[in-house]
Amino acid sequence: MSRNTEIFVIGGGPAGLSAAIVASQLGARTLLVDDSARLGGQLIKQTHRFFGSSNRDAGIRGITIAEMLCKEVKDASDRLTVLENTAAVGFYANKEAGILSQDAYERVSYQAAIVCTGATENSLTFENNDLPGIYGAGGVQTLMNVHGIKPGRRILMVGSGNIGLIVSYQLLQAGVEVVGLVEGMPTIGGYLVHASKIRRLGVPIYTSHTILKALGETGVEGAVLCRVDERFQPVPNTELTIECDCICLAVGLTPLIDLFQQAQCRMVHVGELGGLVPLHDSAMRTTNPDVFVAGDASGIEEATTAMLGGRIAGARAYESIHGKSPKAEAIVEEAREELRTLRSGSTGERIRWGRERVLKEVGAC
Amino acid sequence: MLKNTGIITSEELKPVLPAQTRLEKGPVAIIECLQDIPCDPCVSACPVKAIQMQSGITDRPQLDFETCTGCGACVPKCPGLAIFIVNMKHNVPGKALLSMSYELLPVPAKDQEVDALDRAGKFVCKAKVARVINPPAYDRTAVVTIEVPADRINDIRAIKV
Repeated sequence: MSRNTEIFVIGGGPAGLSAAIVASQLGARTLLVDDSARLGGQLIKQTHRFFGSSNRDAGIRGITIAEMLCKEVKDASDRLTVLENTAAVGFYANKEAGILSQDAYERVSYQAAIVCTGATENSLTFENNDLPGIYGAGGVQTLMNVHGIKPGRRILMVGSGNIGLIVSYQLLQAGVEVVGLVEGMPTIGGYLVHASKIRRLGVPIYTSHTILKALGETGVEGAVLCRVDERFQPVPNTELTIECDCICLAVGLTPLIDLFQQAQCRMVHVGELGGLVPLHDSAMRTTNPDVFVAGDASGIEEATTAMLGGRIAGARAYESIHGKSPKAEAIVEEAREELRTLRSGSTGERIRWGRERVLKEVGAC
Repeated sequence: MLKNTGIITSEELKPVLPAQTRLEKGPVAIIECLQDIPCDPCVSACPVKAIQMQSGITDRPQLDFETCTGCGACVPKCPGLAIFIVNMKHNVPGKALLSMSYELLPVPAKDQEVDALDRAGKFVCKAKVARVINPPAYDRTAVVTIEVPADRINDIRAIKV
């Protein structure tokens, strides 16, 4: 069997949903596939209120934003087809891709593809890091906030970025004891208000510390931490044993990029964006002119910027098929201005550097 | 330092504390948001426009203590749960009222006794719940007001039910 669409969106997270909504609202026939059973990507486990501008979604919980996007998808159903439990498994030449659902493999021919595959969680090297009871923070959030299952009773969090801080808070909300939060850097990586929130509920924050090993034979029974110096080397005789039955790793994300490589997009390694990302211009177009990118796959950020990037990609992909459109231009202008303000200030510094580098490299090709 | 420990030091807190003369007049907000993060729901939450951001959403919120009525509308809107209302003009001698966001279960009831905790989560004293506001519009962020010793108002920042 084969399908035909104008715009083919891969990934039903905040970026993909936003791209598909904009493209279909502008008038493009759009197909969106997502490999999970429920649309929303990471939003469906984000029970916390979002930061950002109150003109957009600030103050609203991620789970509510997912519902709002799904409603917009439904409202656009005359032009927008959604396939859940369906993975995009490869690109062919001649603007064709393969999709695999639970009972069929199909080909999709498209005019423009928007790839919003998101990211995978990073792991960390330490002794016994394969013991049962060691999770990624995304996994913990899925278990807890989607399926209602506690990952453990006493948990140690590793990583003080916003994910580590927020998931610690959500664990406390679920009634799990968070015995500590470990951070290699001397300062907390995420927003300090999130850190204060868990600190005043009694969670110790061990900055300039690392995890040396997990203890236990058949599952996690504890962890050994130690202090690190400014070159992240363990300081002798500073070991500290903590009892826990679960260790949660929140040590960053890496863009999920296999499809871009298959589509022969040129890639660039930008540390500030989480690793290898497809080169793309300010229209979110990669070096393969039929392939656009948005969300964490274009550089690790967060859901609000992913939605705005998705809106830009959706509008520009529409224009790549139907020609210039004042409505599309207005969507792009608005999203760009919002992105500019969201990324200003000291907390957006690394992202600004990373994005500038991508644009510079694109200009050079 | 806040950025190393997650605990605001008294030195760091000073710029966001209202003057004694303002405290004596009645309820007022303390916005413990000390980092230029992209976030602004407090600005639009304020019915008297007492919260401003000069140059965009990564500015720190600037509260005009004289305009602030201490109504508490901003408290549940702050995604960082960083806004507190202090009321030093309380009718019980030696006591003051402290309001804060609370997102854990169970939500305490009025008159219930809870543990008041400091910024490190350390027990400070027992405290009586004076008021709980938890309407649907607050979307599951309850605002809990506790009665605390007036001289510990700047130390207490959490409760354990």
